[in-house]
Amino acid sequence: MRRTADINVARCYQCGKCSAGCPMGSEMALAPHDIMRLAAHNDRETLFGDDAMWLCLTCETCSARCPNDVDPARVIDALRELAAAEGAGHSPRNVRAFHKSFLEQIRMTGRLSEVGLIMQYKLRSGALFQDVAASPGMLTRGKLPIVPPHISGVGEVRAIMAACERERVARAAAGQTGPDTHDGEGAS
Amino acid sequence: MTLGYYPGCSMHGTSREYDESLRAVIATLGVEMREVHDWSCCGASSAHLSDHLLGVAMPARNLALAEEQGIDELLAPCAACYNRLSGATHAVAEEPGMAEKIPEVIGRPFANSVRVLGIIEMLQRQAPIIARVAEASRPNQLEHLNIAAYWGCLLVRPAEITGFDDAEQPRGMDDLISACGAKPVSWNMAVECCGGAFSVSRTSSVLRLSRAIIEDARSCGADAILAACPMCHGNLDFRQGAMSLRGQPPMPVLYITQLVGLALGLPPEKLGFARHFVDTQPLFAHLAQEADKAAVAAAERDAAKAAKAAAKASAVAAGERSS
Repeated sequence: MRRTADINVARCYQCGKCSAGCPMGSEMALAPHDIMRLAAHNDRETLFGDDAMWLCLTCETCSARCPNDVDPARVIDALRELAAAEGAGHSPRNVRAFHKSFLEQIRMTGRLSEVGLIMQYKLRSGALFQDVAASPGMLTRGKLPIVPPHISGVGEVRAIMAACERERVARAAAGQTGPDTHDGEGAS
Repeated sequence: MTLGYYPGCSMHGTSREYDESLRAVIATLGVEMREVHDWSCCGASSAHLSDHLLGVAMPARNLALAEEQGIDELLAPCAACYNRLSGATHAVAEEPGMAEKIPEVIGRPFANSVRVLGIIEMLQRQAPIIARVAEASRPNQLEHLNIAAYWGCLLVRPAEITGFDDAEQPRGMDDLISACGAKPVSWNMAVECCGGAFSVSRTSSVLRLSRAIIEDARSCGADAILAACPMCHGNLDFRQGAMSLRGQPPMPVLYITQLVGLALGLPPEKLGFARHFVDTQPLFAHLAQEADKAAVAAAERDAAKAAKAAAKASAVAAGERSS
């Protein structure tokens, strides 16, 4: 964790302020301060075996209130990155479907088409009928442009995504013994 | 100086009224604003979760475009875009190796010279003008509006990047409400999270969090909530229909640019209120009624004062006659 996010999780003294202010805390089996402790102990099995870190909204209330500047929000972001790199962890299907669809939309057009995002999300998550009743309201209010956006720099955007992907693969290859041995330089 | 404009994806879709009201306000204030040509998505709310580098590179491409197009200051009215763009400038400045890495990844020169402006900061600069116009139009309906300034997460956090006066109780939006001639409500949920990006993928959490925000605003005496973020607005406005409001009437949610537009005397039709899911008509009717009541009360006060003065004058006249 120290290498990945340049954060010393061991500085956390378990005051629990992060968990007290967390809007999603009541829905998590592992509260933010539990996540910090498990991260300090490098207990990936427990961490990745629970979906708590995928429920983080990155609202950063925890980081704003942390009395010892440990930055739990950044730690959780880094954990999600590690879990994805290791092919571990169980993000809830819906959450995963949303993020995948989001990035896929950007790859396609360079901008996010909200219509496209929702369509893809429905296919990925299986929630085909979610919000169907709301769509006419969105349309009549002019909030859902049907024509997808297009920018001339879409190739550039794809190249950026590909470059980051290459970096990610290279980082994973460099750190065969585990993500903590990753070279944190630049991309961490 | 021309202000750069990064609308972001939502402003072209679900938060069109934010874009429309912003453009109307900017034109009225006489600020020159130019949209960044060929801008792309900043990557919120997904890129930074899967890959920190991607989370920096996506906004950095737009910052590099702005640089190339001669923009020094870039307005990002969407709170999520603002958070990602300003976060990227911070990461490039602070994280070792990032300044060298980013030009390589985005395939463009990048000097990290653009200053990212949030909507509150931009409007704060214009506050004296807004206050002057609002003051000159008194008495007006906005005087009767009690409104709760809702910041949410991304405008104030992380505090070391956004640099507002106070991460827990920021003042800027309240000051703008006062400048508009309306009354800011003192409440508890100003910087609580609405559920943000879970609007689609975990709607139940959003309903729980957003309803708590609406109920707190109501119990603290707000007629409406003021938002400055397309996600917050979507969750509080669009999702309100799915919440149990325990028999209470719906709570209108206004964009800050809509409130400023009203204070500047722009007609509501130009500010996109018709695009809201929670009807704003009852709010306007209530404000008009309050304004009428206040006008009647003022007229009665004036009449009573005149009657008193007349009585005093006649008493004086009578006194003079008797002496």
